Amino acid sequence: MSLHAHVGCRVGDLDLDVSLDVGDGEVVAVLGPNGAGKTTLLRAIAGLQPLRAGRIRLHGETLEDPAAGVCRPAAQRGVGVVFQDHLLFPHLSVRDNVAFGLRSRGAGKAQARAAAAAWLERTGLAGHANVKPGALSGGQAQRVALARAIACDPALLLLDEPMAALDVETRQSVRRELHRHLDAFTGPCVLVTHEPLEAIALADRLLILEGGRVVQEGPAAEVARRPRSDWVARLVGVNLYRGVAAGHEVSLPDGSRLVSAESGEGEVFAVVHPRAVAIYSEQPHGSPRNTWQGTVRVIDLRGDHVRVHVDGPPPIVAQVTPAGLADLSLTEGAPAWVSVKATEVDLFPG
Amino acid sequence: MSRATTPTTPPTATTASATPPAGGPRQSLSPPLLLLGVAGLGLLLLPLTALVLRTPWGRVAGLLADPAIGSALRLSLVSSLAALTLATVLGVPLALVFARYDFPGKNLLRALAVLPMVLPPVVGGVGLLLAFGRRGLVGQPLAALTGMTIPFTGVAVVLAATFVSMPFLLVTVEAGLRMLDHRYEDAAATLGAGRWTTFRRVTLPLVLPSLTAGMALCWARALGEFGATITFAGNLPGRTQTMPLAVYLELERDPEAAYLLSLILLAVSVAVLVALRDRFLTRR
Amino acid sequence: MTRAPAFRGVLGLALLLTACGTASEPEAAHSPSGAGSSREGLAGELSVFAAASLADAFEDIADAFEAAHPDVRVRANVAGSHTLARQIHEGASADVFASSSVEQMAVVEQAGNVADAPEVFAVNRLAIAVELGNPRDIGGLAGLAHPDLIVVLPAPEVPAGAYARQALDAAGVALTPASLAYDVRAALATVMLGEADAALVYASDVVAADGRVEGVDIAPEDNVTATYPIAPLAGAANPEAAQAFVAFVHGPQAQAILADHGFTSP
Repeated sequence: MSLHAHVGCRVGDLDLDVSLDVGDGEVVAVLGPNGAGKTTLLRAIAGLQPLRAGRIRLHGETLEDPAAGVCRPAAQRGVGVVFQDHLLFPHLSVRDNVAFGLRSRGAGKAQARAAAAAWLERTGLAGHANVKPGALSGGQAQRVALARAIACDPALLLLDEPMAALDVETRQSVRRELHRHLDAFTGPCVLVTHEPLEAIALADRLLILEGGRVVQEGPAAEVARRPRSDWVARLVGVNLYRGVAAGHEVSLPDGSRLVSAESGEGEVFAVVHPRAVAIYSEQPHGSPRNTWQGTVRVIDLRGDHVRVHVDGPPPIVAQVTPAGLADLSLTEGAPAWVSVKATEVDLFPG
Repeated sequence: MSRATTPTTPPTATTASATPPAGGPRQSLSPPLLLLGVAGLGLLLLPLTALVLRTPWGRVAGLLADPAIGSALRLSLVSSLAALTLATVLGVPLALVFARYDFPGKNLLRALAVLPMVLPPVVGGVGLLLAFGRRGLVGQPLAALTGMTIPFTGVAVVLAATFVSMPFLLVTVEAGLRMLDHRYEDAAATLGAGRWTTFRRVTLPLVLPSLTAGMALCWARALGEFGATITFAGNLPGRTQTMPLAVYLELERDPEAAYLLSLILLAVSVAVLVALRDRFLTRR
Repeated sequence: MTRAPAFRGVLGLALLLTACGTASEPEAAHSPSGAGSSREGLAGELSVFAAASLADAFEDIADAFEAAHPDVRVRANVAGSHTLARQIHEGASADVFASSSVEQMAVVEQAGNVADAPEVFAVNRLAIAVELGNPRDIGGLAGLAHPDLIVVLPAPEVPAGAYARQALDAAGVALTPASLAYDVRAALATVMLGEADAALVYASDVVAADGRVEGVDIAPEDNVTATYPIAPLAGAANPEAAQAFVAFVHGPQAQAILADHGFTSP
């Protein structure tokens, strides 16, 4: 493992306490709601935010250790950072921007410029070498920012929401290029994003941050399948419940019960995908063990599917087709019945 | 395709060049606006016009040949440039401190640092005497240790000019630094630039318009300084008699010559300010 | 560019402006009892232009005059004689001119601005002002040339400066001053502040310093006499009071006051 970071710091109201290990060539995506501490985490690793406690080690060297009085300045950490709004130096040409890191580390002007030109060739931006950043489009600027960070051969790469400021089409092309670079990058890489698709496409592992703490960690598929927080559940789009299991029955805090084909003991998470929820305007006949009545709170039309939010014991989101919605003639505020097969209730330890 | 925009609010960073700088007015000039503009211009230009009209142009050659005038002009230029240099070397770091760091008593210190701007210059001169004169707080130990006294020397001229003009530079540069997005400096650090390299290659170029404007104001003020100079540095042709002092005394003896000297001083100032005009008004 | 504290000059300019406004009507401010031809009936404002070195003496003289003539209010405009002469020339409203130099009075006279022939009323001599106790042991003009001394002279553009140069040249003393002060009082101030070891000023200025400086006499054969003429002015708004004032200045009471302030009688 190449990056071992235990970051403890306090910025304003945020109290961050995160452990993060990333191997060479591995990409870890850090996700979380606003204010979770993602950017602070990156800044701390980069050396722009001092630690209050913890330790950062990279390739066996200690970058920061407040207890031992060690703190290497940002300029000497060999950490490449791509910022959210690219932060290209407005007064320097694109080529000089890319050459900046090399020159700061002692390379001669001509040498640095040549290397920068080569990088621009690689990213297909050679034609813009003499232009000022203000004349670039958002996508081009972000690609230059990436080249600038990678050009000085950093030991660790940090990307802070690199595509947040771009529009949808540009994001796709930049993401492809980013994927290429990350594949070729041999060191560890930490990517901060709040776009789950981005995280899944680019990262090997996800780290979910909420309120300054890690609430879940693991491969993308695992996290999506078994979310451990409401935020992730919402992000991934599933129904998530916390309760106490006794065999196949899960007791939920509001007094309701779910029956699952799986069995468990003690504190568990129960996940139900909206597609697995059947919704009726009258009480159904039939055998699903999980059936209850609720009130339609919101009908959310999403193009080719519809999400119906039903309040009840417990509340649940059902997904139906527009045709199905029409058949049911549901309205907001009207009563509805929902049912879920026991086999569609996934349980995992909480 | 989204357009790249810089994250700061300029004036010191480039703006997206997709939108051109503000073009001409869309409405015609309203009469009250025109009237006020003319009145303002009149107040500023009439004294200058009168000066130009009453100047004995025929005497120009004779006066310029006068060695006392030549030395006054030289002294003014040299001392104002020296004051500018000193003000820049001391003022830019101070501006950085005020713009970037917080400490107890900062607001008070800042207010005191710009006090020379509102102080009557003669009062400033008296203060300088009390600090650096032979009996001064610093001047007395200095004289005792080294035998050097500052009043009535060229050093005093430069000190007086720096005292009154540095706040202009300080205020302008500090404002420029505050408006600069300090994340550029973060980016430079992550690219391996130490503090001095970052300052030299990132901060300074981005704050250059403010710095230039501040330096122009500072120099102009230093060039015209009179009250503090005559109080602290005295008046001796060739050593401490700057142009403003020469003009004042000439007024007692030969008013027409004084008009001419005033115009020479004016011409030099205007020449420099016009040359810097582009820096004042256009963004990078 | 900022002006030196020549507030007296500024006052003169203000008077100039009022003169422009009232130039066409030189009415005298007569007392209600009619044309004041008798001394006891003197009333109104009296504008006296006096040289800078007369400032303190004339303040006392003006007080004495007002005590004798309660209905008269004396307004003194004090500045360098050059400045005053110029202001009179440009039409400032003044009743009396007391100059520190015969030359400046002559300028005013030649322009036709005096009502009566000027007469000298006081004489001043130069003196060397030094710090209390005379720590540098300066004995006379020759002593000023010592290279270690910081000496301030009045600027040659003002009468006192011209006299100072004259005296130094006559005594054969080669002196490079540290500074040329823009008026005699400024020269004195440098000694009072301790910035200069000596300054060449009028004897009256040493008296005016009220014990804060010591005066070193200049040998009479080296010294220069400044003569002070006074004259009522032609465009006076209050000619009776002007005449009375001039006479008063020549009189015993004013002469005693002048002597107290370090002047000598002509």
